[in-house]
Amino acid sequence: MALNESTISELTARLAKREISAREIMQSCLDQIARVDGKIHAFISYDDKDALAQADLLDKEILDGINHAKKPLFGIPIAIKDVMAVKNQPLNCASKILGGFKSPYDATAIEKLKSAGAIVFGRCNMDEFAMGSSTENSAFGVTRNPWDTTRIPGGSSGGSAAAVAADETIAALGTDTGGSIRQPAALCGVVGLKPTYGRVSRYGLVAFASSLDQVGPLTKNVSDAAVLLGVLSGHDRRDSTSIPQPVPDYAGALDGKIRGLKLGLPKEYMIGGLDPEVKSAVDAAVKTFQELGAEIVEISLPHTDYAVATYYIIATAEASANLARFDGVRYGARVEGKDFWELYSNTRGAGFGGEVKRRIILGTYVLSSGYYDAYYLRAQKTRTLIRKDFLDAFEKVDAIITPTSPTAAFKIGEKSDDPLQMYLSDIFTISCNLAGICGISVPCGFTQNPKLPIGLQLLGKPFGEEMLLRIAHAYEQSKSWHTQRPKIT
Amino acid sequence: MSDFNIKYVAHLARIALTPEEEKKLSAQMGNILGYIEKLKELDVSNVEPTAHAVPLINVTRADETGESLSQEEALRNAPARANGLFMVPKIVE
Repeated sequence: MALNESTISELTARLAKREISAREIMQSCLDQIARVDGKIHAFISYDDKDALAQADLLDKEILDGINHAKKPLFGIPIAIKDVMAVKNQPLNCASKILGGFKSPYDATAIEKLKSAGAIVFGRCNMDEFAMGSSTENSAFGVTRNPWDTTRIPGGSSGGSAAAVAADETIAALGTDTGGSIRQPAALCGVVGLKPTYGRVSRYGLVAFASSLDQVGPLTKNVSDAAVLLGVLSGHDRRDSTSIPQPVPDYAGALDGKIRGLKLGLPKEYMIGGLDPEVKSAVDAAVKTFQELGAEIVEISLPHTDYAVATYYIIATAEASANLARFDGVRYGARVEGKDFWELYSNTRGAGFGGEVKRRIILGTYVLSSGYYDAYYLRAQKTRTLIRKDFLDAFEKVDAIITPTSPTAAFKIGEKSDDPLQMYLSDIFTISCNLAGICGISVPCGFTQNPKLPIGLQLLGKPFGEEMLLRIAHAYEQSKSWHTQRPKIT
Repeated sequence: MSDFNIKYVAHLARIALTPEEEKKLSAQMGNILGYIEKLKELDVSNVEPTAHAVPLINVTRADETGESLSQEEALRNAPARANGLFMVPKIVE
């Protein structure tokens, strides 16, 4: 198997035996990018010289012996969503408003990757400021799904998911505010994990909705997601919302033992818009879990129907406050005006794309005088009910099973003129962020014609990533969905 | 929504919109606000609001000096600068 098609554990084993070098791995990914990224456009930019220089430094270190226990990502290329700060690299959030911005420092997650021996490279395309479900809202052009280049890769971490699916990188970082890791992972046929709120530091992540955002991995299998989560997790004094909770051995938790576990099926998730092929793939996965010895329990999450509305109030309110910092004064592109008010308005009018403007306008409105109680406060109260639904359910079950997305990848342009329809496609993923729990998407089958990946979502208790990964791994290993790769045409 | 005034909200948000954008956004906001009206079906009078899913209160740290960006690094991305400062249009006459 070509190096760029390999998993972290396969490469790590071969590096330890010195059969291969970090440079060979990195070069193999760069060769694949040169071959296919003209069709996929997963990357906004990448610096091949810097990536190879990092690899060469690691190859020198190999001479002193590799300690994969200390550096679990030694020699592994990881691509980064264009929303995280990597020192001296561009940071655009797929927006025009940041102009030629270059990060003056590393995000905590990036520091951790580097300390673990990873080669941090590339700026993965995304929906502008992580607002969207299709990666169509990028000022740098759309990313295409490697399984069918007339279709969207999902979003907002669409570039990260497509890069992993197209074997342009070994793994990638994404961010998830309402499903932005899990949904593109599902639509591209890879694994995507959203950690519990507070598990991974948000320092150096450009904030969209601060009470919902989390950084997480997109990988080729569950075991790689466990390794990456172990590296990324932990308390950070620079993020006051990160939680001082010990980091377990996630990779060590993948022992296949799920006999006797209780898995909940929420009856509210069998909605009208659920594609029949997605439904039958999820039904089949449920059967597989029963064969593996898990018990399936019907549960109820009674406030599911209110999740999308709650999310779009809270997320846009937080976004309208967070994005106030893009005003053309301290960084980014500036459009002059006759006074500073005009400078702000002109800069923001020219710099933000349509979806970002829409969300800032909505967020500003729901926070504005006279509407705060009716919208924002009411949404925060509904959020309490949604969170309670999950905590009650987790009294009865160890994890919850749902589809990740109601449909497989849709056509480019199909929903871009109807924002409400696009928002409704997030129905299965957004509650997880509102409740602050963890979730993972793993491949669970394909549609027939065309052949497009389908994702299974597992939701776990707060800080229940070990259990979640164990369940996801047991399922994955009983099937071979995750080993299938697209033929890029 | 009859009381949604795009010009007023865009002004609050400090975003200059073209007349076409105003028209399109007004129509789309009508749909979105219509949809989120459904939250009014729920009785939440006795429910506490959730600002953060993980209840953390009074996170403090020792008030100590530490490393930070140099002035040069902090100014590196500025669209306009002079004498080690960010340049902006005149604010006070």
